Amino acid sequence: MLTKRIIPCLDVTAGRVVKGTSFTDLHDAGDPVAMAADYYQQDADELVFLDIGATPEGRKTMVEVIENVAEQVFIPLTVGGGLRSTRDMRLMLESGADKTAINTAAVLNPGLISEGAQRFGSQCIVIAIDAKRVRDNGYHRWEVCTHGGRKPTGLDALEWAKKAVALGAGEVLLTSWDADGHRAGYNLELTKAISEAVSVPVIASGGAGNLEHLYQALTAGKADAVLAASIFHYRTYSVREAKDYLAERGIPVRR
Amino acid sequence: MIAIIDYGGGNLRSVTNALVKLGCKPKVTHEPEDVVNALAVIFPGVGAAADAMQSLRESSLDKAIREVIRKHHPVFAVCVGMQVLMSSTEEGGWHECLGVIPGAVKRLPAGLKVPHMGWNQVRQKVRHPIFEGIPDEANFYFVHSYYAEPKDAKVVAGTTEYGVSLCSVLIKDNLIATQFHPEKSGAIGLRMYDNFLNFARVKE
Repeated sequence: MLTKRIIPCLDVTAGRVVKGTSFTDLHDAGDPVAMAADYYQQDADELVFLDIGATPEGRKTMVEVIENVAEQVFIPLTVGGGLRSTRDMRLMLESGADKTAINTAAVLNPGLISEGAQRFGSQCIVIAIDAKRVRDNGYHRWEVCTHGGRKPTGLDALEWAKKAVALGAGEVLLTSWDADGHRAGYNLELTKAISEAVSVPVIASGGAGNLEHLYQALTAGKADAVLAASIFHYRTYSVREAKDYLAERGIPVRR
Repeated sequence: MIAIIDYGGGNLRSVTNALVKLGCKPKVTHEPEDVVNALAVIFPGVGAAADAMQSLRESSLDKAIREVIRKHHPVFAVCVGMQVLMSSTEEGGWHECLGVIPGAVKRLPAGLKVPHMGWNQVRQKVRHPIFEGIPDEANFYFVHSYYAEPKDAKVVAGTTEYGVSLCSVLIKDNLIATQFHPEKSGAIGLRMYDNFLNFARVKE
């Protein structure tokens, strides 16, 4: 049986892992290479690295980070943040990344998804969607936002997810901007809606505060994988503890 | 010399890193001559099988791969590398493949998430040095939308459940092929490569 994946996320800027609430108030959380090696030892199923500075210098630093990580960590690595072209993607894949996550650049140019999928294969293209709840004539829906949650795009998150997958994205990394950083649980309604709308795996992100939250995202939220940062970075729980907890509750995990 | 076949597109870095970690100095090459002269060959692959076949033909690597398999040189094929060994694939229309292993490459059934992405168990069907130290039902990392279905059940050395019971390890003589990625399957995956290197007697 295919197991559910537990994915620690490392937000990187200027070569350091940082953690904060909704992109403000950032704290230093450590060295990305050492942290990646540590998570590998804890049996993390994959790792995601997001370059949150997304500057040209930051990209250079990220390449070095990924090269170093890939030499000692033998699980899938996804890199995102500021990737704008297939050239940027290729640079990351050649450095040792297995997948590239694109967000703003795909919203501005959806053709980048199909171009990337054609060149590297769908399995290398993760569509990262940041969604925010908006009220619309008494109803609510989820709108895609970019630039670290600051910029609403007018796009409906469900429609965008379907379109991105039709264009060739092989996986969806879904972040609820309302839940992110609050440690009060993933947005289950959003996660379930997206997971049911697309044929590819969905990674739930944003809001993990305890292990029950991971369980909820994988059951009620119907996610294929859960991504979390602070609960692992601050050693509230180890990845292994998370897996033990989930396994006890009947979730198939790799141990 | 251990050759890693480079036919464009494939992510060779992680395969190289894995072998370096195991103490080897593999040569990443697109020269048919290197492949034929290598003590052992690793044939990786990502992307579409039809594209892979076209690149192999253009570089004459298709002939080199057929030759080393015919001569029973140790070969380890991974993912699309495994699929390309079959007679044909239905990915992107019908395409002829290397035909080293009779059988077809088919799309995973609808109803489950495709690609089949993540860690899944491999049930061992045979005793073989490639499984040395690897428990039955161990988890390996998969990412694929198509799967190889060999005609001869005897070559199926490991199976994995995902809508179908798919051939995840194929062994024929000195040819080993896996649908999963050992280089992305943690310590267990490295162990499998190490077993291959011992099997191929390329380790001192």
